Amino acid sequence: MIFGAGILKGMLVTLRSFVNSYFKKPDQGGLFTVEYPEKRLVAKERFRNFPFLVYDEKPEDPRCVACDICAKECPPKCITIVRDADAEGRPLKKPALFDIDLSVCMNCGICEEACPFDAIFMDHEFEIAGTERHQSLLYHKEDLLKSNGYFRQIRPSDAALIDARRKEAEDKKKAALKPAAPPEKKE
Amino acid sequence: MKNKTDTPLTEDFDTQTLQINVGPQHPATHGVFRMDLTLDGETVVRLKPVMGYLHRNHEQIAENMTYAASMPYTDRLDYFNSMSNNFGYALAVEKLAGIEVPERADYIRVILAELTRIVNHISVIGFLLNDLGAFFTPLTYAFREREKILDLFEEIAGSRMMCNYFRFGGVKRDLPPGLLERIRTMMDVFPRFLDEFEALLTDNDILCLRCQNVGVLGRELALNAGLSGPMLRASGLGYDIRKVDRYSIYGRFDFKVPVGSKGDVYDRYYVRVLEMRESLKILDQALRQIPSSGDIISRKAAPFLKAPRNFKPPVGEAYGRVESPKGELGFYVVSDGSPQPWRYHVRAPSLINLTVLEDLCIGHKLADAMVILGSIDIVLGEVDH
Repeated sequence: MIFGAGILKGMLVTLRSFVNSYFKKPDQGGLFTVEYPEKRLVAKERFRNFPFLVYDEKPEDPRCVACDICAKECPPKCITIVRDADAEGRPLKKPALFDIDLSVCMNCGICEEACPFDAIFMDHEFEIAGTERHQSLLYHKEDLLKSNGYFRQIRPSDAALIDARRKEAEDKKKAALKPAAPPEKKE
Repeated sequence: MKNKTDTPLTEDFDTQTLQINVGPQHPATHGVFRMDLTLDGETVVRLKPVMGYLHRNHEQIAENMTYAASMPYTDRLDYFNSMSNNFGYALAVEKLAGIEVPERADYIRVILAELTRIVNHISVIGFLLNDLGAFFTPLTYAFREREKILDLFEEIAGSRMMCNYFRFGGVKRDLPPGLLERIRTMMDVFPRFLDEFEALLTDNDILCLRCQNVGVLGRELALNAGLSGPMLRASGLGYDIRKVDRYSIYGRFDFKVPVGSKGDVYDRYYVRVLEMRESLKILDQALRQIPSSGDIISRKAAPFLKAPRNFKPPVGEAYGRVESPKGELGFYVVSDGSPQPWRYHVRAPSLINLTVLEDLCIGHKLADAMVILGSIDIVLGEVDH
């Protein structure tokens, strides 16, 4: 055994790898890192980070009905919901307060799974760093609400499925209402 | 164990042992772990592992929430292999509730578990070489390959490391279209990488000198200490839960269980390399056999995806275990018929494998103690659950 043969052999492997990194395709041993702030990778559709709320037409009417299921199922309990009420104190089907503490959220996506109204989804946004701990990471309803158009943009195939399902449900509702209407007129 | 009388050099001098702390924040301890070392010169005389810096009450947390809600917490046990952790927990609860898993879901599970094994072994070897002083070249090569698999995980589960993908009775969602082909492409490239990696390492003089006959773990001790996984197999005992239990659908695949002969650091390294090759074999078979369509979650368990609080397993207890890349990962769940487990216990392989650290290190140099710790393959998230 020649002294230093192991080193030479190792150097040969690293040299080959060095050359390959410039001349080969990324999946064949080439470079595939991206210089982050200037260049960005396209986010995968299923990528999940923090939750957001969806509204259909205007932010005042979110899909959320304040049923509190996501807050109950959330493993680290980072969601706080208070139901809205009208002037006479009767509860309304929308949240008066919807807070998510992103410093507690662990990105598990269980809220999205448990929501029966397709109102809460996981976002792709990740650049949310703040300068202090408590205020900037506590997201209120206004910060969380995003349009369905945005959802379609970040997760096209999921949004298409959900939109189709919602439309079907709405059509069924309308179909169920229509036959009931004529008899009322007769009376 | 060497003491003063064995070494003639120190006989004439009035020497004393030196006590040093390695960690809790030290690059070689793989996390927040402290080794209380007593040294005679450079030789380790006594070693006391101090752990618990990352303790976060995992079991109590799980006992205070629904069964499904602890699934994302299991990701955080051994944060390198969240898929295997999910697998173990899902098996335990399925046993408890008597849920059958559909065929396609079983194949998806096995494919992901084996990919996880590759991810784990490749990074362990990278870190082991880091501990040996081969700074970052092998580790970056390893992480380059790991990255490709993590990208697949992100596409499947939505997250690279905290996958949270398994559900009781199946998996969360079906695979995205075209993913099996991408796994296939990854698998075609991977053996070439492994060959290159081995050309760099397996016969390397420095690696052999540093690793052979260091930290020898005898069969007796390995067995008596309750070790499992590659640690046990490197000592020559071919005990693999995939073969013993044949859980899930492992009985259908043809693969070998590589065993070492001496039980030194080198064997532990080499067993892991061989295991990666066996994992590729299982992946190859699974990709060929997987049904192209079918349920991904059992009909019985599907309603609980939307309403985890209604999932109430019958009164009883169950122990589900898997061969995680680190060893036997077991979950013990006791149900009292309520939506929350009455008792939840994790048998963490990292913690139990760590118990032999002192026996392996005594008599070796301080620099070897780091290598031995690296070869045990611990993740502090699991040790301190």
